[in-house]
Parts: sequence; structure tokens; C-alpha cells
Amino acid sequence: MRVVVDFDLCESNAVCMGIAPEIFEVRDDDFLYVLDENPPESMRAKLEESVQRCPKQAISIAED
Amino acid sequence: MTSTAVVVGASLAGMHAARTLRLEGHEGDIIVLDPDLRAQYDRPPLSKQFLAEDLDPDRIMLQSAREDLGLDVRLGTRATALDLADRRIATQHLDGSLDSVPFDSLVIATGAAARRLPDTAGIAGVHVVRTVDDSLALRADLDAGPRRVVVIGAGFIGGEVAATCRGRGLEVTLAEAMPVPLERALGAAMGEVCARVHVEHGVDVRLATGVERLDTVTDGGVERVVGVHLTDGSLVEADVVVVGIGVSVNTGWLEGSGLTLDDGIVCDDTLLAAPGVAAAGDIARYHSRRFDRSFRIEHWEHAIAGGEAAARRLLAEQRGEAPAVFDPVPWFWSDQYDRKIQLSGRPEATDIARVVHGSVDEFRFVTMYGREGRLVGVLGMNRPRHVIQLRGLIEEGASFDEACARAEAM
Ligand SMILES: Cc1cc2nc3c(=O)[nH]c(=O)nc-3n(C[C@H](O)[C@H](O)[C@H](O)COP(=O)(O)OP(=O)(O)OC[C@H]3O[C@@H](n4cnc5c(N)ncnc54)[C@H](O)[C@@H]3O)c2cc1C
Ligand code: SF4
Repeated sequence: MRVVVDFDLCESNAVCMGIAPEIFEVRDDDFLYVLDENPPESMRAKLEESVQRCPKQAISIAED
Repeated sequence: MTSTAVVVGASLAGMHAARTLRLEGHEGDIIVLDPDLRAQYDRPPLSKQFLAEDLDPDRIMLQSAREDLGLDVRLGTRATALDLADRRIATQHLDGSLDSVPFDSLVIATGAAARRLPDTAGIAGVHVVRTVDDSLALRADLDAGPRRVVVIGAGFIGGEVAATCRGRGLEVTLAEAMPVPLERALGAAMGEVCARVHVEHGVDVRLATGVERLDTVTDGGVERVVGVHLTDGSLVEADVVVVGIGVSVNTGWLEGSGLTLDDGIVCDDTLLAAPGVAAAGDIARYHSRRFDRSFRIEHWEHAIAGGEAAARRLLAEQRGEAPAVFDPVPWFWSDQYDRKIQLSGRPEATDIARVVHGSVDEFRFVTMYGREGRLVGVLGMNRPRHVIQLRGLIEEGASFDEACARAEAM
């Protein structure tokens, strides 16, 4: 499972960080950083919630 | 035995309810009704990117509409009455045909409609922004290069429309009937800061100023707005007027159904409105234990959370499981110019508001709201990380002083 963020869409509102701080971090430069691009399977539920709650539909999960 | 679930409203709350019903085990039919032939789109862009750019409506489709969930979505179909005893919904299709749909469980998510100025129906150039068609019509009028746009109401949607119009290089007057905009949502001090953002961007902001009447001309049988007479005695010449004076809930079809209506559908604290009937999104009124207030929340994220919770509530009922209390901490954002305004919690005008980080003069700050010694809200301007992280403190029921100390250390 791989985290894919479309940075052209992302507007750094940090919603994903609120749900999965282990994976997403918005820093003081106002950019989103993906801390763990290949999170463990145990993070799937939180990652899926982030996909649903991202107001910009910027997050997707790639299975590879 | 399979049962039929009906979801009324195919927008954010309704689609998330339908999705959750399906993904979490509802095996029978899931029928979704909505009169809007497009429905299933996202509303926040309608006052932002969609209005600013030449975006196609397909670009703002909801994710859930693209998933293969095996839903029976019936667009063009309006629910006109609910019969709780017979467990049936009367419907009317756009072509005029009448029908009815039986249900075993029901989620009501008919949301709200934009309020309009009285006696302005049919006047060209006068707009509200709630649907894709509204936004497309406004965009077309903006494309025509109006002399000026008057935005009536400096709430969040009015503020966003003003910002988008400035971004398009248009002259804007923003008229607000109250002395300070957003006072009920953010308190006077922060409302004043939000007003100043517009002034800084060259908007003609008129506070404590309402609309006396519209100035119109009739040309070729079409009445068109050419100006607005404001209560400060001035006439503002403008070819486009955008009305952002709040919403009224779409509960008309439920009159006489036996559900309790009071500016929304009154639910219990699990979003249940009647046995087998739950409500979600802008239309749902429920008691928040956390804030000890009656809530009806008009936020994007709350509509998703409510849709999911309503679906789970009905699944729990069917399975004889204990229902979960619905009481998330609200979270909201508004984008205006290059400012990201975000709010966690539910402040009131009488709360203490303390700026704990950054500077309001630079429009980059965090403000904490306290009531009876508790943290009840966090407002950020261009501070998204702080708002999201501090939201957890509201969830924990942190004391105001302790929360402020934590925020100052961030
Ligand atoms: C222009 C705009 C910008 C916004 N920006 C933000 C933002 O930046 N941040 C934020 O947090 N929130 C924002 N919001 C608020 C957010 O979009 C709403 O809270 C959300 O859309 C509520 O979803 P809902 O499904 O409850 O209701 P709605 O989206 O109102 O959907 C209700 C649906 O029910 C249908 N319906 C109505 N009557 C019937 C009937 N009788 N039978 C069947 N169907 C019916 C309607 O056609 C509609 O599709 C914005 C809203 C607007 C309008
Ligand atoms: S939720 Fe979406 S838009 Fe917000 S920071 Fe995360 S990826 Fe970006």
C-alpha cells in the first residue's frame, strides 16, 4: 500500500494530519510532507479515512 | 431477509450515508433520491475555484459518486411526503410523474437552500450560491465583466464570493447588516479581523448596512439589476448582486409527517429522528453533550461524519447493537484570497477570545476561545497545523488556561 498525494490539488489544510499524523505532516512552511509513503497495513483504516476527508480529493492509495 | 434503505438527498451527507450503509453490511437495495439532476457534487468549490476558473462540473464530483457501490441513485426525483406509519415516501419526478418508494430504514439528508431577498425572483443579475447551476449562472455574469459586484452578507460564503470576484479583478462592495461580520460565529474581535482582510484587498466594505431596495431596468421584457440602494442612503451601481444571507433547511416535505421539526429535524444524540429514521448533514439538529448545546452544523466535514454516523445508527438498530453517540468536534474551513481561515469547535460571541500565536495584523494567527474555564474553540488564519492539532484539546475537554499554554508553546 502506497500513499499518493496530488500536490497540485493539496492546499495544506492538514485534515489528513489530524487523522494520521504518523503519515502526514503540515510544517510551518505550510507544505504537506508525507512521512511514510509505504505505511503498514495496520494504518489502512486511518489512511482510507484521510482519503474520504481530504477536502481536495488529493489523496489516493496505490496497491503495489 | 434483505431490507430496503432509502436515502433522501444525494449530496455530501446522503452519499456518505449510502456509502457507509453499503460498505458496512447493508445487503438490500439502497435507493438514493434527489431532484437535482447533477447532485453528487461538492459545494465548497462553488464559491471558490469553480467560480474563479472555467472548471467543468465533472471536476467537482463527489468521490463516492465515482465508486462502484451498487446504489440505485434516482436523480430528478424529489421526495414530497413521508408516511412513517406506512413506511413510504411519496415522490415527484421532474417530468411530473408521481410515485412512492417503500423503505425499511431511512436517512434524511435534504440539506438547506440559500435564502433570497424578498421580491427579487426572476431579476437578472441577482444570484445566490448553493448549487452548480447557481455558480454557473453567476460565473457567466462575472465573465461578462460587470462594472461592480455587490455582495450582500459578509458571512463565509459572501466573503468567499467577494474574494473570488477580487481575484478576477472586479470591483466589489460587501454590505453587512450587522456592525461586525461573523460575530455570532467568531466573536466581535475576530469578526473585525475578517472584515479587515477584505478592506486590505480593496473591497468597499459597508458594515451595519442593509439593502433598501434594488435598482432595476427592464429591457426587452427582462428586468435586470443595475444598482443597490443601501440603508446608508447610498446607491451603488452594480450589474451583479450576490446574496449570501444564510440558508433555510429543506424540511418543507416533512411537515405533518410526525417528525419533530425545529429549524432542522430534531434528532436524539445518536442522530435518530424516529425508529428506523436518521438524519444527517445541514438538516440534522441534535444535542451535543460535549458543548451542552442544541447543534445544527453547516460544515462540510460534519456532513460526512453525520452521514456515516446516521448509517451506522440504522445498522446498529437492525442488529440490536448499542448505538454510538454523535458528538464530534466541528471543524470548518474557508479560503479567502491567500488566507486560510479554519475553525475547530463552536465558539459563541460571549466567549473569551485570546490570540495565542502569531499576529492578527499579519493575518496569521491562532485564537483560542474559552467558556466557563474550558476550551471551546480554536480559530486559525493561515495556521492549519495548529487548528488541527489543538482540536484534540477540545476533544479532551482541556481547561482554557492549560490549552492556551500548550498553544503558546507550539
Ligand atoms: C457555496 C458553498 C461553499 C461552502 N464552503 C464550505 C467550506 O469552505 N467549508 C465547509 O466546511 N463547508 C462549506 N460549505 C458547507 C457544506 O457544503 C455543507 O455543509 C454541505 O454541503 C452539507 O451537505 P448536506 O448533504 O447536508 O446538504 P446539501 O449539500 O444541501 O444537500 C442536500 C441535497 O438534498 C437534495 N434535496 C433537497 N430537497 C430534497 C427533497 N425534497 N427530496 C430529495 N432530495 C432533496 C438537494 O438537491 C441536495 O442535493 C459550503 C456550502 C456552500 C453552498
Ligand atoms: S487533507 Fe488533503 S488538502 Fe489537506 S493537507 Fe492533506 S492532502 Fe492536502
